[in-house]
Amino acid sequence: MIEKISSVAALNAAREAHINDVAMRVGTNAAVGKIRKHILICGGTGCTSSGSTVLRTALEAELAAKGIADEIKIVTTGCFGLCALGPIVIVYPEGTFYSMVKVEDIAEIVESHLIGGTVVERLEYREKGNHTVTSLNDMTFYKKQQRVALHNCGVIDPENITEYIARDGYQALAKVLTSMTREDVVQCMLDSGLRGRGGAGFPTGLKWKFAMGSTGKKYVACNADEGDPGAFMDRSVLEGDPHALIEAMAIAGFAIGADEGYVYVRAEYPIAIQRLQIAIDQAKEAGLLGENILGTGFNFNMSLRFGAGAFVCGEETALMTSIEGNRGEPRPRPPFPAVKGLFGKPTVLNNVETYANIPQIILKGPQWFSSMGTEKSKGTKVFALGGKITNTGLVEVPMGTTLREVIEEIGGGIPNGKKFKAAQTGGPSGGCIPAHLIDTPIDYDNLIAIGSMMGSGGLIVMDEDNCMVDIARFFLEFTVDESCGKCTPCRIGTRRLLEILDKIIAGNGEMEDLDRLEELSNYIKSASLCGLGQTAPNPVLSTLRYFRDEYVAHIVDKKCPAGVCKKLTNYTIVKDQCIGCGVCAKQCPVGAISRTDYVAPGKKLAAMEIDPAKCVKCGACVASCRFKAIVKG
Amino acid sequence: MKKKPTTVAFRGTKEQEEKLLAVIEKHKDEMGKMMPILQEAQEIYGYLPIEVQKIIARETGVSLEEIYGIISFYAQFKLNPDGEVAIAVCLGTACYVKGAGELIEAIEQELSITSGSTSADGKFSLEATRCIGACGLAPVLTVNGEVYGRLTKKDIPGILAKYKA
Repeated sequence: MIEKISSVAALNAAREAHINDVAMRVGTNAAVGKIRKHILICGGTGCTSSGSTVLRTALEAELAAKGIADEIKIVTTGCFGLCALGPIVIVYPEGTFYSMVKVEDIAEIVESHLIGGTVVERLEYREKGNHTVTSLNDMTFYKKQQRVALHNCGVIDPENITEYIARDGYQALAKVLTSMTREDVVQCMLDSGLRGRGGAGFPTGLKWKFAMGSTGKKYVACNADEGDPGAFMDRSVLEGDPHALIEAMAIAGFAIGADEGYVYVRAEYPIAIQRLQIAIDQAKEAGLLGENILGTGFNFNMSLRFGAGAFVCGEETALMTSIEGNRGEPRPRPPFPAVKGLFGKPTVLNNVETYANIPQIILKGPQWFSSMGTEKSKGTKVFALGGKITNTGLVEVPMGTTLREVIEEIGGGIPNGKKFKAAQTGGPSGGCIPAHLIDTPIDYDNLIAIGSMMGSGGLIVMDEDNCMVDIARFFLEFTVDESCGKCTPCRIGTRRLLEILDKIIAGNGEMEDLDRLEELSNYIKSASLCGLGQTAPNPVLSTLRYFRDEYVAHIVDKKCPAGVCKKLTNYTIVKDQCIGCGVCAKQCPVGAISRTDYVAPGKKLAAMEIDPAKCVKCGACVASCRFKAIVKG
Repeated sequence: MKKKPTTVAFRGTKEQEEKLLAVIEKHKDEMGKMMPILQEAQEIYGYLPIEVQKIIARETGVSLEEIYGIISFYAQFKLNPDGEVAIAVCLGTACYVKGAGELIEAIEQELSITSGSTSADGKFSLEATRCIGACGLAPVLTVNGEVYGRLTKKDIPGILAKYKA
């Protein structure tokens, strides 16, 4: 049962009443009542996939069995960020960080740590160099981060509104409703320098100003259709801090004069949808959504709409067409949504991460926000680190942090001693950043200058085993699939680009194809209707710009240097390293490996060899050879 | 991704139809009603065959062509029922660079089906999905919703064996 909060005084009282519920986790207070420890279990999608739900059940049972259920508070939180090590469990007040916890470990954690007071060392997260880390702030992964959009993720229980209120939740809405005018709010956004986190980087305050100037019925909308493959920033905010989004949308509603909001969220995010729905229901029950919010006369309601797996619906006009119940095809702009948007009415549409910054900008002031970041890109940015990197997960850093800091320090570098080749940002709309530009400070303008873009924040790391032609092809195939078909340059142009790439990968490319790729790319960029088509050629153009030699190797030498493109890859046995054990021949599914007459110096058996005519290039032999005698290239 | 109409016979029940009519009734006066109706209809039937589309067209007054246009546009809407064992391999970027393509090949070989189809006996279906967001466990696949992560193609026969019995 959630108490009704119908005035600012009641909101403050609720904060005071619950502030100690979370104090232990933020280092400001020790035990309250009988509760002497908080044990936090990550309930983000990553950790849930690695089994964190059963951990909670097991922990509850174990605490009950030992009779200490009333001394330990279990909290399921949003994402801690270090998804590679999930499921993650943290014990407060000491801040012990347990990683890859299994159900079998629960009894030991309870017995040794929660009862005996001795940390279970074998489960504690260790960084390179093998020294044990005692708390979050000791970890390199967190040290360089500055969590603004994620400040409640992994701290509060997202399904409990009182924990959000205890962390100054809904105070920004109260401040806006009681002490600011609509113009003040818009000015505050303009002064903060906040730019859209969805990819294009349009100033949020300017968007609000345009919508404020329109008249009549208006809407506030949120783009939670995070479609870039490899990006999961918005999902983590929705899962870890859903009330921040609700509060920010209500603030936007006040600023532009709207009383209704829609969140368009991917149907592929079941946990996020569930938590957001719970949060909306709780906010309604508390009176923080609905009629006469906090007794100020301001009304605001919200509902969810589910995306249905169309990438183009991340484009603002397509998203609105989809909410209206149609095929999600984009519309020409102008008119811009601020003038004519959802159901033909003026609409402000921002992305989840953009909204997540807003309550804190209102509370701490625009100068606080604009003191972080670079000259034209203020604040922080959340990145989803993925691919060939040790610490896969979610990181939030000030704008202007270099790629090297993100990859080598926070990300822990490339695993298996491989060499960094490129980082891909901006998903299918972005480009690759090569190794020689690794010291580029990351902000909107720098990334565009080097031929990529910020995008929504997916950051995929690639090593020497990734073929850049193949990567360009991967993104193009995605765009071809996702092109909505409305405009010709995108529908047909991207398909032609893909055909040329296929030809190169099959070993039939000609040098003229590279010019054709560039020419066609530029046509598609300048002639497509919406952002999807206008940015679709970026992966091709940026790989051509920085990795032209790989394209040339495919075309002229008929070789794939990374050994990815099968038609251009050959497996050979280095005869002087082969001891003739014959394991590879047993593994070969097509019988392509046979024994030769050649016995290498110092070896007892004759070496093996591969018949290229029979080989299907599956790679099974390479995996089976313990003597590294089989090479591909 | 191209969608092909199903060859599996429609087995809708009276109860399912009643549920569908209730869903249509609930949403019929909402703005933008067609997406929630189709999404909830798919929850009821598991897919959206022509028989279901016709009911929705009849009840809402929206033309069948328009409804089919919406269904064929969005990847989430299915014209084919899932197999008893539904396998989905994530082809998000993080999974792809870690070898998800090889997982699909291995499953295709093992089950003699192609990605995006259901086996003749209706037992197995295989699809390649967009990023499911479990990038930390890449490469990832799900079988009837259960997640398997950090895979190599060598793990495939073992996983499938569990469901073949």
